[in-house]
Amino acid sequence: MTNVVEIEELGVSFATDAGAVKAVDGVSLTVAEGEVLAIVGESGSGKTVTAKTILGLLPETATASGAVLLTSRDNQSTTDVIAVSKQRLREVRGRDVAMVFQEPSTALNPVYPVGWQIAEGLRAHGSYSRSEARERAIEVMRLVGIPEPEVRVKYYPHQFSGGQKQRIVIAMALVLNPGLIVADEPTTALDVTVQAEILDLLRRCRDEFGAAIVLITHNMGVVADLADRVAVMYQGKVIEQADSRTLFSAPREEYTKRLLAAVPHVGQGRAITRERADTRAEGWSGQAPVVEAKGLRIQYPGRLGRPGFVAVDDVSFQILPGEVLGLVGESGSGKTTTGRAIAGLTRVTGGSLRVLGHEMNGIREREFRKSRKDIGFVFQDPASSFNPLLTIAECVAEPLIVHGRARDPQAARARVDELLEAVQLPRAYGERFPHELSGGQRQRASLARALALDPQLLIADEPTSALDVSVQARVLELFAELQRELGFAALFISHDLAVVDLLADRIGVLYQGRLVEEGTGEAVLESPKDRYTQRLLASLPVPDPAVQAQRRQRLHELRAPLA
Amino acid sequence: MPTVSVSRKRPLLSRIPVVHQVRQSVGLQRGMLLAGLAITGIFLIAAFFAPAIAPYGFSQLHDASGSFGAQQPPSPAHIWGTTVGGYDVFSRVVWGSQTALGVIVVSVVLSIFAGIFLGLVSGYFGGWLDRVLVVVCDAVYAFPSLLLAIVMSIVISGGQSKLWGGILAAAISITVVFIPQYFRVIRAEAVRIKAEAYVESARVVGAGNGRIMFRHVLRNATRTLPLIFTLNSSEAILTLAGLGFLGFGIEPTAASEWGYDLNKALSDVTSGIWWTALYPGLAIVLVVLGVTLVGESLNDLADPRLRGRRAVAKASGDVAETSVVPGGTLAAPGGVGELEGAGLLGDDGIEVRS
Repeated sequence: MTNVVEIEELGVSFATDAGAVKAVDGVSLTVAEGEVLAIVGESGSGKTVTAKTILGLLPETATASGAVLLTSRDNQSTTDVIAVSKQRLREVRGRDVAMVFQEPSTALNPVYPVGWQIAEGLRAHGSYSRSEARERAIEVMRLVGIPEPEVRVKYYPHQFSGGQKQRIVIAMALVLNPGLIVADEPTTALDVTVQAEILDLLRRCRDEFGAAIVLITHNMGVVADLADRVAVMYQGKVIEQADSRTLFSAPREEYTKRLLAAVPHVGQGRAITRERADTRAEGWSGQAPVVEAKGLRIQYPGRLGRPGFVAVDDVSFQILPGEVLGLVGESGSGKTTTGRAIAGLTRVTGGSLRVLGHEMNGIREREFRKSRKDIGFVFQDPASSFNPLLTIAECVAEPLIVHGRARDPQAARARVDELLEAVQLPRAYGERFPHELSGGQRQRASLARALALDPQLLIADEPTSALDVSVQARVLELFAELQRELGFAALFISHDLAVVDLLADRIGVLYQGRLVEEGTGEAVLESPKDRYTQRLLASLPVPDPAVQAQRRQRLHELRAPLA
Repeated sequence: MPTVSVSRKRPLLSRIPVVHQVRQSVGLQRGMLLAGLAITGIFLIAAFFAPAIAPYGFSQLHDASGSFGAQQPPSPAHIWGTTVGGYDVFSRVVWGSQTALGVIVVSVVLSIFAGIFLGLVSGYFGGWLDRVLVVVCDAVYAFPSLLLAIVMSIVISGGQSKLWGGILAAAISITVVFIPQYFRVIRAEAVRIKAEAYVESARVVGAGNGRIMFRHVLRNATRTLPLIFTLNSSEAILTLAGLGFLGFGIEPTAASEWGYDLNKALSDVTSGIWWTALYPGLAIVLVVLGVTLVGESLNDLADPRLRGRRAVAKASGDVAETSVVPGGTLAAPGGVGELEGAGLLGDDGIEVRS
């Protein structure tokens, strides 16, 4: 078997404002024909830069050393991507190596029909008549599983769903039948159930088209599902390479072991939940709930003359004092809207939602403002939830000042230090600006801000989805610890069942704006009643290749369309 | 054991706005910025020290040795010659910079506060107020600024302007045209920032509209202002010159003004007297060019995608720290507390990594 690509001693440096920064440092890798190599690592480990070098897609500020030898499918030619001219590079791209991007909605040009975009690759590498190109586009669309390709070849990208768009991006990669496909986080932007389908498709790319795949991902479950071989990158170096079964069962390096240990599993939280349920005082369940929704309905106004979009429909649940409710669902399921409605950021249009004794349906901001001190909110993206011009201490002091607990940031400093300490940030970090902190640190500072006024209720909207696995583990642990100490009630919103399982007393599953299942973690995760929950659970890839293979089987049985 | 200490304050020199940008820039961008700064600097020096630089007054027609004489070619006594009215061209050009600077300052001061405030309110609150203001601004945009300036100069001083009358006429007419520019830029930024998570987070905290508007939105909305400021400055000069050229300028006895001199030099050009038109014209072109160069360079440097950087040698530089906690997980030795606890901090609170 020959190698499709051989990377030898690759080094990549970037010119930045702070001088040269090395992103990749002496990486050597090979990918054989028809093999799936997964490159895993945290953000900044150099995995994407390595992959982009294979296509010669580095930005102008980068310089590369070493060699990337790319062999064409028919073994006729070998190209060193780093040394070759731009003209030659264009010939190689698409024919020998193609790319699947992370975000399918931005990888497609919205003003051209998808058929045209698929055929663009053909036109770049030879002369095709209009009908030939169309034929080929239809053929490849059928191969990637787009129904009715004859009709849909004329559709524009916005007429497809996210998963279908990713299928079309894969079709664009496949159209010239390249020997190697580089897939950069191909499923990160997709929902779990869609992710499973795309992974199946990528597996078919290998099995039926014989393409080798370089898979860049941070998701260990995806690696276990698809990869033959795994390379672990850390600080620009490949620190471990093994076939995927060996890597998952017997990791050699300490770093790999920790990375694997940080991945949350469904079922981890069960013991914790039971323990907490046991320690609850008698009559706990009889207390007045902090949040109570009855037939909650939230509708966004539509354009003139069109009906609005119903984001949440007939949802009922309650959160008791000191209880953590986990809300799980895919994008568009209404979970974020529900959280925002509780915080008074989105208007409730129907049903009843009582928060801390206020009826939110039709409430005025002025009445609610006083109760805001009892609600903390942790946002999804730690990068944008801090005013970039204020220091961390000023940001954390903001709620204290607004509610009159302190006159200015200096006066609040003692309390701010206390809070930073509570979230395990050094006091000196208060003087820093948000961009000087890492993602995980920022999210902890965000937690400190949310807890500044000792709220009765904390709403956390996907607080860890922008973080690396190892950092996520720490933030989650911190969250659980603070919740135990301070005893606030919490609504924890996430798309990741395993994360919710780790923290929540009860779990609610949202699907298309409706609450399809609600119960204790044990009930929902062990014996899910709703078909959607079953499918969601089965779609979640686990970081163990052997187990994952069995789960895949089970998922295929469940894959019948949902009623 | 401690090897790297991270100091957080940048040196004072590189925190001063323009100095920082000069140090940051490389290659062509640096050349453009420095050229712009040099021209603008000469302009400012000429404006502030006009009495010391100019050998004669702006309305001086004769000195101890008698009258200057009209349309005299450049000579040691009058290095750029004299105009048809018998003024010294060099002195007029130098004094003219004072008038130009006055117009820039007055027009920008008048328009910047009103424009920013209206834009902020309009963008932040939205609704009908926003719609009305946008329509009004669009209507003002459609109005030719020179026409407005002529009307203003007639209203203020009956068309026969003294120094401040002329400056105000030009400045007010420019103000009317500039307010929509500041308005639009700040409004667009406010609309964008309104949706940012940190504004939402301030709302969740319970902060009032005023506090959110000024503390969170305004402070983040001002990054494009230097660019408009410089572009507006050059437009202000052009409008003043246009007014003077059309005969609505400042009387030569009240102040020196480049447009007026150009106007008077019109008939000279055909009779081969080049010096009366060339120097005021050059002054206008150079000042506009210099100010625009500064503005464009600042704009390019503020945007990381447009900013040029020095090329780096192959495989140079250090690998950045990938994760704050190497392999940081639940299972980290010593537990979470050990990972970033006080043990990693020096006495001065500066983080040290080993």
